[in-house]
Amino acid sequence: MDLGFLAQYVMNGLMLGMMYALVAVGFTLFFGVLDVIKFSHGDVLTVGAFTGLATFIGLRAASIDSNALQLLAMLIASIGAMAILGAVIARAFILPLRYAPALNTLLITLMLGTVLREMVRLFYPDGANPKPFPRLLPADSVSIGNFNLRLDNAIMLTAGVLVIVGLQLLLNRTKLGLAIRAVAQDEETAKTMGVNFNLIVLITFAIGSGLAAFAGVMNGLYYNEINFGIGLYLGVVGFSAAIVGGLGNIYGAILGGFLFAALQTIGAVSLPFASAYKDVFAFGVVIAIMAWRPTGLIPEKLSERV
Amino acid sequence: MESILPGAVALALATAYLIVLLRVENQNTILALLGVGIAAVLVANWLGWLAPVGRSFGEREDVLGLLAIVAAIVVASYFHEDHFVLLLLCTVLLYTVATLGLNVQFGYAGVLNFAGASFFGIGAYTAAVLNQHTAIPHLIVLLIGGLMAALIGCLLLLPVLRTRGHYAAVVTIAFALLLKTFLEVNDVLGGPQGLQVRSMNVLGWSFNNNIEIGGLRLSFYTSYFATSLLILIGAFVLVRRLERSWIGLNLDALRLDETAAGCFGLNIVRWKVTAFLLGNFLIGIAGTLQGMVVGFVQPNNYTFADSLIFVSILLLGGIGNPWGVAVATVIVVIVPEKLQVIQEYRFLLYAALVMMVLLFRPEGLLPRPVRSYFPGWRP
Repeated sequence: MDLGFLAQYVMNGLMLGMMYALVAVGFTLFFGVLDVIKFSHGDVLTVGAFTGLATFIGLRAASIDSNALQLLAMLIASIGAMAILGAVIARAFILPLRYAPALNTLLITLMLGTVLREMVRLFYPDGANPKPFPRLLPADSVSIGNFNLRLDNAIMLTAGVLVIVGLQLLLNRTKLGLAIRAVAQDEETAKTMGVNFNLIVLITFAIGSGLAAFAGVMNGLYYNEINFGIGLYLGVVGFSAAIVGGLGNIYGAILGGFLFAALQTIGAVSLPFASAYKDVFAFGVVIAIMAWRPTGLIPEKLSERV
Repeated sequence: MESILPGAVALALATAYLIVLLRVENQNTILALLGVGIAAVLVANWLGWLAPVGRSFGEREDVLGLLAIVAAIVVASYFHEDHFVLLLLCTVLLYTVATLGLNVQFGYAGVLNFAGASFFGIGAYTAAVLNQHTAIPHLIVLLIGGLMAALIGCLLLLPVLRTRGHYAAVVTIAFALLLKTFLEVNDVLGGPQGLQVRSMNVLGWSFNNNIEIGGLRLSFYTSYFATSLLILIGAFVLVRRLERSWIGLNLDALRLDETAAGCFGLNIVRWKVTAFLLGNFLIGIAGTLQGMVVGFVQPNNYTFADSLIFVSILLLGGIGNPWGVAVATVIVVIVPEKLQVIQEYRFLLYAALVMMVLLFRPEGLLPRPVRSYFPGWRP
């Protein structure tokens, strides 16, 4: 295998890793502030991707043809709508169940995910079938030997890095970020220091869901196709990535996302008939990692209260 | 004698209602009937008539259990010529068996399993392969199907034992997705089109022939119904005995507080393994027979959404209550089949319904009563 192919695989792996990392960061943020796992996170991503697609179709019908404008509107609509949806979900289903058994939160978000998924399948026109996603980024490419660097991939990757850096700055350099970290560290103390707990929780859920929407649009632009099941897949993989990195740890989640993509890419290259069994392999890795390190490579700080 | 009466009356009314519901074809009438049914239950609840029914089921479970079997047979014999209704009844019985298995894992031991339909499918695929390629007697195939589900469940033992809560949930969800994709891309097992399953044949008696006794014609599904009923009775008695035994007590302790149970010397690993494998075994047996009843298997019948249907049945009926599971299965399986408007929307509807139940009545429609060691005994 020559260097060109290797670079190609690395590029594909990085793209996958970026999507996984964005989803994983959402899981880890939610776990940080509320100690809950929101199993509907992946399906929020699906709804986000479909919102983007619907926006595009709407704009095209209104004969706005500028690709840049379409993409911008798509991102704004999708991220905005999902941020609101995320906050509504937190307000309606997760905060009321804070003191119920953890199992109930798990089940209710799992069922909520099903509701979202089924709604896309049933109520989006012809939503049961894969939908083509528009190619809005420039499709030029630069060839270096066998390596074909597509400009759209490079843009997406850069955008992803910028989003993560932005999130990082938001969490570490702003007052809001300070409040989020305070709530994550110690809810009671944060409250006594005058942090509006409920508001911070809602904002965190909005941020996480916005990231999922971004990942959803990115997924659509990368594969040029979306279907109602992508969220379930990305949700499970993203959650596993968050676990691998240690829940509640943002760097861990990002690391986990890329680690996962690396494993999957290596698996696809080195295993026989791997392309058909790509997803089987991915889920096999999820199960194996959970068996090996049940609470991740960087474990969550866990204490058993007896 | 007195305490049997409310239960028996309720059972008779439910049987009559079920027969009418299964009989009616007109969609509007069905809708009206369902409305009447819900209203009747609500009114009975408001008048306090449901409490004696619950009490009599608690106290005279033995007699009422027999009556419930009689009721099932009455419904089946009323529809002895109707293939569709009998198929539906078989599905109800087998789904109940599978959910009872899930109940052992989920309701008693607290071991999460969101891959119920996958183990159901493993049983069905076992039936497809063994009936096609071997001459193993089909009753033994049922057993092997259950064992296969338990065996493949063993692959998940390590991750399930080492994790809990949401971590365990994601392991089983990943398994559900893995198995479906595996079945889809695997050519040996028929790929997305699936496989035909040969019909059941016990001691030379082929289950796919209609039965004629004198002038009476019975649908061939009658034999499947009888087999399913026998399996359900076995599973129900097993689960009920298990619950009432010291094993059930251990499982309850394990679910309620793993750490405390460990401190009192319970072998946590042993009981988790027992519950997980026994549950999978029951789900597998039900799946095997279901495969033979339906006659073909395909990956799309055993998706994650179907697994969530099993979980919904359990949550609607009341976690840990076998009677609740039976009632909820009847509702969940029969209503969308009769009311075709909602057939397409059933996953959505049940997911939303379960969310409502979790928000407003987390213990389910028929909450699990306190275990009674001596039926009818009052302090």
